[in-house]
Amino acid sequence: MIVELGHFALVVALGLAIVQGTLPLFGAQRNDLTLMRLGNTTALAQFGCITISFAALTWAYVTSDFSVINVYQNSHDAKPMIYKISGVWGNHEGSLVLWVWILAICGAAVAWWGRNLPLPFKARALAIQGLIGVAFLLFLLLTSNPFERLDPAPLEGRGLNPILQDPGLAFHPPMLYLGYVGLSVTFAFAMAALIEGRVDASWARWVRPWTLAAWVALTAGIALGSWWAYYELGWGGWWFWDPVENASFMPWLAATALLHSAIVVEKRDTLKAWTILLAIVAFSLSLLGTFLVRSGVLTSVHAFAVDPDRGTFILYMLILSIGGALALFAWRAPMMQPGGAFAPVSREGGLLLNNLLLATATATVLLGTLYPLAHEVLGGGKISVGPPFYNATFVPLMLPLLIAVPIGAMLAWKRGSVLSAVGRLKIAMAATLATAILTYTLLDAATLGAAFGFALAAWLVFGALDDLRAKTGLLQMPLPRVWQRLKGLPASAFAVSIAHSGLGIMIVGMISTSVLQTERILAMQPGETTRIGSYDVHLASIGDVEGPNWMAVRAVFETSQNGRHVADIVSEKRFYPVEGQSTTQVGLHTSFWRDLYFVLGDQTPDGAWAVRLYINPMAAWLWWGVGIMSFGGLVSLFDRRLRVGAPTTATAHRGGKAEPEAPVAAPGTPGAPGAKAGA
Amino acid sequence: MRFRKRQRLVVIGLATLLLGGAAALILVALEDTIAFFISPSEVAAGELEPGRNFRVGGLVVDGSIERLEDGTVRFALTDTAHDVTVVYKGILPDLFREGQGIVAQGTLDNGMVFQASEILAKHDENYMPKEVADALKQAGYWQHAGEGYEGETE
Repeated sequence: MIVELGHFALVVALGLAIVQGTLPLFGAQRNDLTLMRLGNTTALAQFGCITISFAALTWAYVTSDFSVINVYQNSHDAKPMIYKISGVWGNHEGSLVLWVWILAICGAAVAWWGRNLPLPFKARALAIQGLIGVAFLLFLLLTSNPFERLDPAPLEGRGLNPILQDPGLAFHPPMLYLGYVGLSVTFAFAMAALIEGRVDASWARWVRPWTLAAWVALTAGIALGSWWAYYELGWGGWWFWDPVENASFMPWLAATALLHSAIVVEKRDTLKAWTILLAIVAFSLSLLGTFLVRSGVLTSVHAFAVDPDRGTFILYMLILSIGGALALFAWRAPMMQPGGAFAPVSREGGLLLNNLLLATATATVLLGTLYPLAHEVLGGGKISVGPPFYNATFVPLMLPLLIAVPIGAMLAWKRGSVLSAVGRLKIAMAATLATAILTYTLLDAATLGAAFGFALAAWLVFGALDDLRAKTGLLQMPLPRVWQRLKGLPASAFAVSIAHSGLGIMIVGMISTSVLQTERILAMQPGETTRIGSYDVHLASIGDVEGPNWMAVRAVFETSQNGRHVADIVSEKRFYPVEGQSTTQVGLHTSFWRDLYFVLGDQTPDGAWAVRLYINPMAAWLWWGVGIMSFGGLVSLFDRRLRVGAPTTATAHRGGKAEPEAPVAAPGTPGAPGAKAGA
Repeated sequence: MRFRKRQRLVVIGLATLLLGGAAALILVALEDTIAFFISPSEVAAGELEPGRNFRVGGLVVDGSIERLEDGTVRFALTDTAHDVTVVYKGILPDLFREGQGIVAQGTLDNGMVFQASEILAKHDENYMPKEVADALKQAGYWQHAGEGYEGETE
């Protein structure tokens, strides 16, 4: 009964989405208040319906109702509760329900928190969101119904792919989808602006929190996936340039570019058409990512649904939405007023360089991802494009970008000077040089390239800190003045420094794990001791253990350094009898300077065990760096000036044009919403 | 107005330079880094160049897996028409077993033994790597992998 209710709620949601996608659009065109307000109501109601639907599916999983095909195929009674719940989105149909639910959450959030948005704009944006909802709900109901019944109901389910039974992967899809779908809001805002033919500083300010939130979620989602691949697959790496990884990385690159170009629109009212285009591209890449993962056209280590009908449906959806959006762009973008001019060397110029490099990098990733497909379709045979391709294309494009980051952040608006910007970064430059010399001389394994990489990372971190130092006047002014200035700085100034230093810390982890990694593959007898780096690894015991729904061989490695005990590291090979599959549990010991990463393999005929031992120097820096970068995004999100829903105190601004450079002292003027509503 | 034109010119120049540079990088990289997918039959035909990067796919032959004492694994990969011997040093993926479709990446040595640097198996055992399935079809042999629920409900 509850399952049928869930199905019914999904159909009602489709009806609501159709209303939301059409009537408010007409209403905005004819200035009909009732029709425009319908957007709000339907968005909230749609959210309610899909919540019921999602809850119904979750209920079916939690109670192990195997009369539902989807539950039968992907769940099992003996599974721990957390994986019964995460199993809801651990399959094609369920993950789509999650997708539309998050889309509905975003729609409801715009309806609820976007009260400061002018009504026609909001109605149009909600209508676009409604249309996206229509497409996905149709796809769900027509090709991937999760509520289909099975009669007679089997007694036991087939279980969830054990590799997905992991806490990291339980939260990876929701985060990633929050990012993907969050970009739909940006897309909807861009479409609404195109329909109105108007993009200005206030538009940039409305769109920024949504882009930021989506970006933070996407960053966290990708990091969770990468972290999971690191400790679950046992391959010693954290990124494999797999098509599915690329599918999430491309929207991230585009969203990062968008985040930066939106600043130019906000502050200087220029680069408008480009920013709109980026908003379209970012969401299109999210859709493309969904297509690549869901249709299984690309060979990937983790594409799990291979169904040509579904692929065709998404392909048409892709063509229709991206084509429609680009057509609207081509028609309306030339009508936009050109913004303020700027010299090539200026903050705007720096951000533009950032955008060009990020866009080109996105294009290389896109090409590398789609090239095998094109090659095969054109009869050139099957090929694979792997990490060497990306190392030769993506990495060289990132280098100038990373070098430019601290300088760009120091340039003045309109017209700047590289020399004076660099002049203000003397401390950062000294610290960078010191890092380069130290790493090159201290590390035996360090090459010139590695030293350059660490110096680059140091340049980012110290550059970001030096930027903050310059803004507060530290070392130049008396301390009480510095304190005054520090308190007066907007949150977004801190956000920039936090995010950029996080980027630097992440790069330290990336370079050290890829350049300084130590690896040993060998066969070990129980009781044998071996050495890796400065560590003595003793295979103390190996034996069978049993978990809730698995059996395992567990090896305990007593690890010591210079005779001092470090840790007992436990590696497992688990076998899941229900699914008939095995997984690897990496033995991982993390510390500030290194990860010890031990993988257990198969037994050799003479009773020894194949083991793979790694020392991954400073691996934890990678995850901490990503965390800090995301935290920077969050800080920026809570900048009062940018919060659309912030209580409006300065009502005197109503009717006035939003200043390009909003003073810190006037919070609560998020783009002076009265300006548009009254116009 | 002249200022705006110059600004536009600089932007266009920069963009062209970047795109050109990126295009050059991509072309060079594609030439050097892509790995062609080959089948065991193509290896047997003996027309492939040793030392080049390839991906070979097929089914692991029953009873062919040999584990040597230094952790090296040697096994045969088949497309049912021909076999190729693969040597790999490292930990095999969890889904590696006899009869399973897998993909090996690496190079052929002069004795036409495939020296694998990487072994890939699907996360989901119901699905065979697409290249393997196609190679098997080409060799005139196809067995549907796993039983999907379509077979049970229809």
